[in-house]
Formats: sequence, structure tokens, C-alpha cells
Amino acid sequence: MSHCAPVSLRTCLTVYLTTNLGIRGAMLFSVGVFLALVLNLLQVQRNVTLFPPDVISSIFSSAWWVPPCCGTASAIIGLLYPCIDSRLGEPHKFKREWSSVMRCVAVFVGINHASAKVDFANNVQLSLTLAALSIGLWWTFDRSRSGFGLGVSIALLATLATQLLVYNGVFHYQGLQYTSPDFLYIRSWLPCIFFAGVITMGNIGRQLALYEYKFIQEKTHQD
Amino acid sequence: MTLREQLREKISAAFYRHGLLCASYPVPIILFTSASILTCCYPLLRLPLPGTGPVEFTTGVRDYSVPSHEPQGDLGERPDWYRGPPVAYIQQVLVKAAVSPWDSSLVTVDVFRSPLSRAFSLLEEIRNHVHSDSSGIRSLETLCLQVTGLFPGLRRMQSVLPEHGCLLVSPGNYWQNQRELFDSDPDLLKTIQKHEPKGLHTSATLRDLLFGVPGKYTGVSHYNRKRVVTYTITLVLSSYDARFLGSLRARLKQLHPSANCSLRDDHMVHVHFKEEIGIAELIPLVTTYIILFAYIYFSTRKIDMVKSKWGLALAAVVTVLSSLLMSVGLCTLFGLTPTLNGGEIFPYLVVVIGLENVLVLTKSVVSTPVDLEVKLRIAQGLSNESWSIMKNMATELCIILIGYFTLVPAIQEFCLFAVVGLVSDFFLQMFFFTTVLSIDIRRMELADLNRRLPAEAGLPPPKPGPLRPREVPPPPRPSPHTITLQTPAFRNLRLPKRLRVVYFLARTRLAQRIIMVGTVIWIGILVYTDPAGIRTYLAAQVSEQSPLGDPGGGGLPPHLGVAPVFRGGDPTSTLSIHPAPDPTPLPENQSQGHHGSARAGPLPQAPPAVPQITWGAEDEEGWRRLSFRHWPSLFSYYNITLAKRYISILPVIPVTVHVSPQEAIETRHPQDTRHPPPPIPKVSADLQTDLTLYKVAALGLAAGVLLVLLLFCLYRVLCPRNYGQNGVAHGRRRRGDLPCDDYGYSPPVSEISPLLLRGHSMDIECLASDGMLLASCCLAGQIRVWDAQTERHNIDFVGGATEPECLGSEARGPSVSGDGLSEEEDSYPLRHRTAPARPTLFTDQPDLTPLIDTNFTSQPPSHLSTPPREGFDFGGLVERAYIEHEPPSNSTYPSPSSASSSPPSGATADWESSVWAMELRGNLIAAGRSSGKLELWDAVEGSLRCSNEDGVSGITALAFLNNRIVAARLNGSLDFFTVEINKPLCLLQYRGAPGRGSMPPSPCYSSEDVISCQLTRSVQCAHQKPITVLRAAAGRVVTGSQDHTVRIYRLEDSCCLFTLQGHSGGITAIYIDQTMVLASGGQDGAICLWDVLTGSRVSHVYGHRGDVTSLVCTTSCVISSGLDDLICIWDRSTGIKLYSIQQEVGCGASLGVISESLLVTGGQGCVSFWDLNFGDLLQTVYLGQSSDGQGVRQLLVLDNAAIVCDFGSELSLVYVPSVLEKLD
Repeated sequence: MSHCAPVSLRTCLTVYLTTNLGIRGAMLFSVGVFLALVLNLLQVQRNVTLFPPDVISSIFSSAWWVPPCCGTASAIIGLLYPCIDSRLGEPHKFKREWSSVMRCVAVFVGINHASAKVDFANNVQLSLTLAALSIGLWWTFDRSRSGFGLGVSIALLATLATQLLVYNGVFHYQGLQYTSPDFLYIRSWLPCIFFAGVITMGNIGRQLALYEYKFIQEKTHQD
Repeated sequence: MTLREQLREKISAAFYRHGLLCASYPVPIILFTSASILTCCYPLLRLPLPGTGPVEFTTGVRDYSVPSHEPQGDLGERPDWYRGPPVAYIQQVLVKAAVSPWDSSLVTVDVFRSPLSRAFSLLEEIRNHVHSDSSGIRSLETLCLQVTGLFPGLRRMQSVLPEHGCLLVSPGNYWQNQRELFDSDPDLLKTIQKHEPKGLHTSATLRDLLFGVPGKYTGVSHYNRKRVVTYTITLVLSSYDARFLGSLRARLKQLHPSANCSLRDDHMVHVHFKEEIGIAELIPLVTTYIILFAYIYFSTRKIDMVKSKWGLALAAVVTVLSSLLMSVGLCTLFGLTPTLNGGEIFPYLVVVIGLENVLVLTKSVVSTPVDLEVKLRIAQGLSNESWSIMKNMATELCIILIGYFTLVPAIQEFCLFAVVGLVSDFFLQMFFFTTVLSIDIRRMELADLNRRLPAEAGLPPPKPGPLRPREVPPPPRPSPHTITLQTPAFRNLRLPKRLRVVYFLARTRLAQRIIMVGTVIWIGILVYTDPAGIRTYLAAQVSEQSPLGDPGGGGLPPHLGVAPVFRGGDPTSTLSIHPAPDPTPLPENQSQGHHGSARAGPLPQAPPAVPQITWGAEDEEGWRRLSFRHWPSLFSYYNITLAKRYISILPVIPVTVHVSPQEAIETRHPQDTRHPPPPIPKVSADLQTDLTLYKVAALGLAAGVLLVLLLFCLYRVLCPRNYGQNGVAHGRRRRGDLPCDDYGYSPPVSEISPLLLRGHSMDIECLASDGMLLASCCLAGQIRVWDAQTERHNIDFVGGATEPECLGSEARGPSVSGDGLSEEEDSYPLRHRTAPARPTLFTDQPDLTPLIDTNFTSQPPSHLSTPPREGFDFGGLVERAYIEHEPPSNSTYPSPSSASSSPPSGATADWESSVWAMELRGNLIAAGRSSGKLELWDAVEGSLRCSNEDGVSGITALAFLNNRIVAARLNGSLDFFTVEINKPLCLLQYRGAPGRGSMPPSPCYSSEDVISCQLTRSVQCAHQKPITVLRAAAGRVVTGSQDHTVRIYRLEDSCCLFTLQGHSGGITAIYIDQTMVLASGGQDGAICLWDVLTGSRVSHVYGHRGDVTSLVCTTSCVISSGLDDLICIWDRSTGIKLYSIQQEVGCGASLGVISESLLVTGGQGCVSFWDLNFGDLLQTVYLGQSSDGQGVRQLLVLDNAAIVCDFGSELSLVYVPSVLEKLD
């Protein structure tokens, strides 16, 4: 510890315990896993009117690695957002409170719910509605340019990755393994859902980071 | 004036008048609101209660026609759901088969093998049945429900259930409806058992589905003593054709007549299924509700500064909930029946409507000046927020309107609900919540009046005419009001009252009891009203177990009890075999011929030999004995839901089959005879039913216990122990000038101006003071020493402070920035007066510093004229530079003197590591570094006197008492050092009056002394984890560590006296003073008070969510601050929380006590002064111009009521003369 650049004591204690970042990451990870499971169930419900008893187990057995992947992604996103904020030097000050974060999560689940449960006339309508909802989510809870940019880029990347996975046959959509694969339908909602998810996780991450800044309020000295 | 401003003014005025109205007539308005809520909710009474059990409706078969979609008003008995065609018609063919007469040569397998084999021929018969008449030819293929493939997830079922074609289910499905497979199957039971799920199953099993009767009634087992096998062939029809079914019935009856059958076949039962909620559907629902509750929790937590926080939170929730109920009620009233699942969209509706307006209103009202009258306050608060409320509402309405034009029916309906909900929510906010708020504020006012009569004696009369304020325009902004300091004597007034409420709640456990009673009532209602629930089940159980001769109709619907027929299994039932007159006219082609096979009746003397096939009432509607999930699960395998739909169950077709023993033997599989004769089963059927009853009871009991436990946990989570917290800020006035505040009120003019001491290049890490000198250290490793005692510390101090900084920065040069350790000493005002040139130079032309710098480096001798000891710099490169350029010549010259005074024994400054801890006593500075090195510096001369490198682990905390230094290290060890001086101590003469400080007189060392620092004792592993805090007082050293323990050491012999255990988290804060009071706070949010003499715990309280960050004590109370931005004030003797102050988010956690009643806290770029007696905010002093600044992390109270705190890389000195005057 004596060979590094000068660090403040409390930072050093934090690093010593490696708690805070780890805790934040773990919390974000668990939130991501939880949301992935729940939203997956919602998507399955779209196609299955009633659950026969062994469907749940088949969901968990077929693609077990999806929720951990979602969790990891959400942890990364949630840590990335405050990091980018501090790098850009424009701290996010819009609605920084837990109630707003909760509202954001609820709206995110609601968007998923709508995409799963509501019958749209065609996929264009579905896409447009979801896009409007996602941008509304961003406008209501984020309003930062960095958040928007990050959200759009991550959403595009994730969509691309998912499509590649699907076309290579590694993975088929959970919600659709019970009916014929409808790629158009999937394509129409996937980017919007990803975007909304990125915004939500970023919101949570920022709120957690705020808590941490309050906790340490010390920065390791870089220069 | 633009239109917008006009509009704004009008809205504001309207809200002002409305606020006056609400505050003037609270009771009538609340009554009116309640009445309107009840009126709007009235239509909700007609909505059915939620439940999951299916509902039945019976109609006659003969005049049956498919019900139309349109509701028909005249048929009053017809339920709402009986509209349109059903999902399917179920026709069951109930087969009872037996080998008769029973031959003793038969083995047990024969009981069911040949009867089951008859199913295949029956199936053939049914499939091939064709009815032709004038309207055409109908076969089963045209009528039955065609299925198009099994649910893909059910690979297990694929071989068993029909995958396409007619949905026709029979036991033959086990063998793919192929007789050959059946015949070659060596073990039938194994085949059947193979498909059974393992473990406990609640829904219908495959065996139930295929056999169509509950498993224990089938008779397919080795222990079948009745030797009658029962099963059904279930036909699922998509359309109803009376003639086809009639001919099929006649045909089957003709082939297999049931002589003693008295089953009625004139009723068809329509079963309507409610929404099925399985665990998978429940998880998202529960998630949304959890999010909803978290949202409500976090929102209502922000309600503050009111009389009853919980009351207002309740009012807010009631507002939102009743607005939702109103919207549903109104929509129902106007004929919009909700098709959406109410429970699903409800959380989203709440989130859309939100609690924000309510909170904004509350904040706005409570931040109006308190010396106004209540109704004026309400009116003002309303009008202040009117514009934003209207704007928000308009925005939300716009968004919802946009959503309405998506033209998706579900979204449209949601939007419709949301619009009505928003409007009713607005109505309720304006009338209900505002009024409740006014009542609350009035209560608070009364309480305030009781307490502080003198301050508010000059108020206007409490009840002026309602018209009076009309002409008063809304006052633009409240003016800042005066600070009043109360005497501490008033504090005792409110403590008992609060405690009484707390004790009352705790004693009676009101909340718990109400929750429990409510739950019990709710469960009771649910159980009683659920048609498939326990009531019918128990009734059925009772009727089954009732003694012989009971006409099994006790709990069953009355039409079941028409024919008093004995149960089939009774040997005495032979007497009852009298065929009842068939109520329906038989089809003309029914054959009356009995096939002559054995009628078992006249052989009562050998009951086991002849299996009797009897038809009883329970066979008439045998499907009732199945699980009520039977049909839904059958259909769900084909991805057809029955939720909110209905099926029609046609009367069963009874088929009696008698198999002769010869035939049974012929169909026997070669392996069948190898089975050993089964043991006589010990468990009788009665016992089995008993067991089921017990199982149900045990499950119910377990569920009840679990529920109670869950509720208890929920209660503990929701209602923590600190009821007293709600009275937080009861008298606290906030003036809206915290930076994180969004009220927008202008801050009051502050007469306190902080002095910024600049000089450090990086964030300040440690602060230390002994009352006279003030030492600070930054991350770069620079230690700066300031004079804290200077009388006139305004300009002189700043001037004196900035001057050495310029020297230092210049001398460090760019290459050493960040690494140099410079130490400097403040100049004294006297010196500045004697040398007036420097201050004027600096105040006039601060940009000249580089000029001076170049002078300093290029012409060192010119500095001989400057007063000595202005500033020193010990950056290593600088030292080297000086050594290179200047031969050490003159001791009066600053830099060479410092260079020479640093011991040549390698005790050079260490700029690799940062200083983590620092203590200042006398003129010695002890600095602990992250490299584990302990250094002693002379504070006056700025020279390194000695250093000790015995330890390698970083020093996290230091204590310097008398001539001992205690260092706590990162690895948990504790080192005791002794400072030895060769010469006797003497006070430096120019250091001002020494007796000013309340600190114990600290030793001073002259520069000539040789100081050495010896490690006297090292306690390895004093703690298992890093030591986080170290305090020393009264001859004791107290350490707190992350290993959850606190240890007390004696300073003289470094002996561990006590290890205090009681925290469940790392120790974060410790306070000990001369009176031997020890308080510790931990990461678990707990605060413990200890008796240092005995090591016993005096009290243990939980005050914070999250870490306790700081602890201080006055003579009467303990003050703690936590990560939750809460400052709690506890009574020191009893450990009872007096009150707590909720700070804004992100406010610092540093605390300081200036006097008995004056508390200072550090915030974001500001420090706040609080009156400890009432928790009032006295003043907030901003340290810098920009309010976004750094948080104050360290705060040091000096003896002359000055406060030093760090502010990024600057130190800020705040002197509080006004407070001092009041206090004195």
C-alpha cells in the first residue's frame, strides 16, 4: 500500500475491505438477475395462457446462463454510469432520490408488462409505442445526454449480440420456444426494452454511487 | 405581461383562495370529500370479490340452446358469464367393469386387465359411431374439439396425450390406443405409475386425466377388494349436437346396458373458471407490488417537519388509493366495465399518478414562515406550488392523451383509467389532503404556541373573517425571520408527551393486533366464500364418512340427493338395486335386452365372489370428485385457457361391462400370474380419508403459522422501534437555504463570513489542533501549520496564510508537485504590522507571486530581509536543489536552516506515502504515514525531529497524550511510543497566553532539545481487522476496529483492560472524554454507551440506518450522525432518543459541539449551526461561492468558538461572534 500514489486513509480502508464497489456490483447484479427472471416469466406468459406444472423448471433448465448474463450486464452498466458522469464532469443531479428510482423501475416493469400482455395490431405499432415509452422513461427520470447516448449504444450492441446468438442457434428466445419463432416481433421490442433497461440500471447505479460518495467522499489521487 | 404570466397569476390567486377556504372550514370539507369518495366507490359493490374457485350453473338438456352473446335482462338467474358458446362440451362415458362371476383361479391382475382392455373396443365404437338423419351425416370427427399439437414444453406427455385430431381421452392413451401394445404390456400398473409425478402434487395428475375419476376410485390396483374397475372415456366436443349425442348414448346403452342405473341425464352443468393465478403469474405481480411499496415508502419518508409524519403519510396514501377506487367506480358507473386485470395494472396506475404532488404541497406549506397564520400559510404554500402542480398535471394529461391515440385497446383503457384517476387525485389533493395538512399544521402551531409563547405572542387573532384576506394578493416570498435562542429549560416540556405516545403504542401493540384481526377476518371470508374451498371439501368429507344409510346428500347440491342410493361398496346394498323409473324417454332404437350376464344381486351370501356394479348418485356427476383444476389443466396442455370462460359438462353415459372369467384368462399376459398374491392391505379406506383430512388440517395449520410469522416480520420491518422519530422536527424551522433544497427561497443575509485558508494543493486529509496551533495535512503530504489563536484573523490571517503558500508553491517547482512535504508556520499579526509591505503587496497585486518566486530562487540573499520562519518547504528535490546551489551557511536563513535541522540520520521526509493520521501537542506534530512510519515534526520550526520506522503497516490513527504516542495500524496492531526529551520543557514565549485553552497544558519543546521517539510496547493483533478509530482521554486509550469490538487500554502500561463487545458491525466512531464516558457507534447503526471503569454496557440503542459516522457528547446528551443523513440527539443518562434531525441528502457527517446548546454540522459546501435544545437550524454558512462544492468531512471546534473545517483543498475558518455573544 505504500507504493501506490498517495491515497487517503478511508479510501485505503475501503480498498482494504474491497467492500463498497463489490457491494454495489453485487446489488446491481442481484437486481439484474431478479429482473431478468421476472421479466422472462412475463414474456413467457405472453405465449402461455396457463402454466402447466413443469414449464417453470424447463425455463430454468434450458438457458440457465441468461439471468447471470443479465446480472453481469446490469452490474457493468450500473457501475459505468456514475463513472462516466464523473469522467465527463457533469454530475447527474436530476431527481436523485430513491422514490424516483423506484418509480423508474416500476415504469420499466410496466413497459415489459405492456410488451408482453398487450396485443398490438402489428409490429410497427408495438415498436413505436415501446420506443415512445422508453424515451418517455428517459425524459422523466434521466434527461442526461450521456445517459441517452450510452443507452442507445448499449441497446444496439445488445440487440446485435442477441441476434447473432439466435442466428447461430446458441440461444432461442425464452418466451418463444413454445410457439413458432417470430423474429419480427422480437426485433421490434428488443432494442426498446434494452434501452429502457439500461436507463433503469443506470439510474439505480447512480443512486447507489451517490450513497457511496456520501460514504467516502474521497477520491484517490490520480495526477 | 404575457399571457403565460397572466395565467400563472390567475392560477396562483385561485389556489390561494382555495387554500384559505380549505384551512377555514376543515371539517365540512373533509366530510364532503368522504361523501364523494363513498359515492364514487358505490358502484364497486357490484363487482365480484376475487376468488379462484369455479362457479356452476345448471340448465336442462332438452331445451338447451347456445346462449347468445348479448346480455338478456329477463333471465335473472342466469349468471353474467353464461354468454356465448362454451369453450367445449365435455361428454364422459363412465365405464364400470368387472369380471363376473369371480373365479378363485383368477389372480389380482385379472381384476383390471380385461376390464381395461374393453376400453379399446369402446373407443372403436365411439369413434365409428355415425348418426345420419335428414340434415346430414355426423360423426365424432365433425363435432369434437380438434387439437393442433401439444404444448411444446411437455415432452413427457407426448406419448400419452393425443397430439392432434379429436381430443378424446381414455385409459387407452397409456398404450397409444393400441390393443396390441396393451396386450404385450407385462406390467400395467408400472406403465400407469410411470407417468405419475414424483413428490407432492396438487393439480390434476395424468392418471386422473386419463381415467377421469380420482385415482382411488378407479380400482386399478392390486388391492381392489370390490373388483370393480371404473374409468371414463372423455370426449371433448366443440359443438353440441343433441341428436348425435342421443344416438351415441342409445348405442352405448344398447351395447352395454346398465340395468340398475338410475342416473339422471337431463341436466348439463356449466362450469365457469375464474382467473387462474399460479406461482408463475404471481411472481411478476408480487414484484410490481414490492416496487410499489418501496416507492410509497421512499416517498413518504420525505414528509418532514410536520406534526404527525405517519398521519400525513397515511393521508397521502389514502389520497392516492381512494382516487384509484374512485376512478374505477366512476368508470363502472358510466358503463365501462373493466376488462383489464385490476390487480395487474393497479401498481402502474399508482406510479403514474404518483405521490409527488402531495409531497410538493407539504414541503411548500411547511416552508412558509411559521409566524403567519395557519390558513395564510396553507394558502401561500398552495399558491407557491400552483403553477408547477398545474404544469405537471397538464403534462401528464398530455402524455396520457398521446397514449390514448395509440389505438391499442388495452392501452386506451389504461389511459382512460389513468385520466379519471388523475382528475380525481387532483380533486382529492386539493380538498382532502390540503385540509388534512391544515389540521396538522394547526396542531403543530398549537404545540409551538405552548412552547414558545414569547416568540409568537404578537400574532394576529386566530379567527379573522373569511373575507378579509381576499384583497390580499399572495405575498411573493417570505422574509427571513429572526433567530431566537431558547433557554435549555424548555426542553423538558415535550419529552414526556412523546414518550407517552410511544409507550402507549408499545404497550397495547395496537398495530399488531389490528393487522392480525384483519388477516383472520380476511382469511375467514376467503375460505368461506370460495366455492371450491374448504367448506365444500369438508362437507364432502363429512358426507362420505357419515354412517351407513345416510343419503349422501348432506353437503351436496340438492339435486344430487334425489335418489337415495346406497354407496356402491356396501355388501348390504343389494337391497337397493331397484331401477328407478327413467325420467327421460328412451330413444326408439334402444335395445332392452339384458345380455344375461351375471346379475350379482341374488347372491348376498358370497359378496366377495361376485363383484357388484352399482350406480349411485355420486356417479351422476363423478367429475365433481376430481380436482377443480382438472379441466383447466387438461386444456392447458393444449394451450387453451379456461380462465374467465366456461365449459359445459353433459350428463354421463353409463356403461356397465361384465367380463367372463374365461375372457379374463384369455387376455392374461404370461407374466401376470407370476405376481405374488398381494398382502392384505392394512390401511382401510376410512383411514385413508382420515389421513387426507389430517393432512389438510396440518397443512392449514402450517400455513397459518407461516402467515402469522410472515405478518410479524412484516410488522417488524414496517414499524421499527423508533416511533419517536416522527416528532423529528417539531419545532424546527428550516429556512430553505440548504443547497440541496429546492424551495427557492432566498437565503438570509449571513453575518458570518468564513475565512478560507488556502495553501494545500490537494484535498485535506487530516486536521489537528491543540487550541493554539492548527495543523493540516493534505493528500500530497504537505503539512501546514496555522495559528489558531490569532486575535485578528481576518486580513492578517489570510495574508499570513497565503504568503507562505506562494513561497512553498514556488519552491516546490513543477517536478515535485504532489510529492513535496512542505511545512510552514503562520506568521503573527505583530510581524505583519512591523512589516507592512507584504500584505499590501499581496492584496494589491496577487499576480506578482511568480515575480517573487523568481526572486526567491535566483537571489536568495535578498530574502534575508524577510522575517525568518515565514515558511519552509521540505520537498526532497527542493532540498537537493538548495544543497546544490547554496552551501549551508546561515541558520537564520529559512531553507538552509530547515535543511540542516533535519537530522542527517536518514530521517528524511517520506514522500512516497501519504499522511493518514496527525496529532498536534505543544509544538510537536506527530504524523502517521501509510507506510507505517511515525514522524515527529517541530511545528514552529518546521523541522523533522525524529522518525520511527518500526512498523510497516499503515498508521490509521494516532493519539498523543502527555509524552506518549499511540499509533493504530492497518493490520490491527497497536504501538505505544514514548517521546523523550533531553532538555526540560519550556513554553515558547511568543506563543500568546498559554492558559486560554481548556486543553491540558501540553509540553513545548525548544528547538535545541533532542527528541527521540521510542517504541515502548507493541500490541500485535490488538484487533483482528484494521483499527478505524483511536481516542485517548483520561489515561485511557480506546480503539475501535472493523472486527466489531472496542478495546480499552491503560495508557501508562499499555495494558488491555477491557474488550467491549456489543456491536454487530465495524466500529466507526468513538467518543471519550475526561469524565470517562465512552460512546461508540458502529456500522450497524447502533450506539453503545459504556462505563469505562467497569467495562459494562450502559445502553445500546439503534438510531441510524447505516453507519454511525460521528459521535459527540455534551454533558447532557449524546449526538450522533449517520449515513442516513440523520442527526440523533440522545439523552446521555437514559439512552432515550430526544429527537432527530433529518438533513438533506448528501450532507456531511461531521459534527462539532461549540457549547452546551450549539451544534455545528458540516454539509455540502456549508456548515450549519443548530440549537441543540430544540433542533432548530440557526444558521447555515456557505464556505464558498459555488454551492456545488465539496462536502465538509472534518470539523474541528477550536477553543475560541471558531470552527475549522476542510473544504476541498482549502481550510475554512468560521468564527461565530453572534452566537458567542448570545451564549455568553
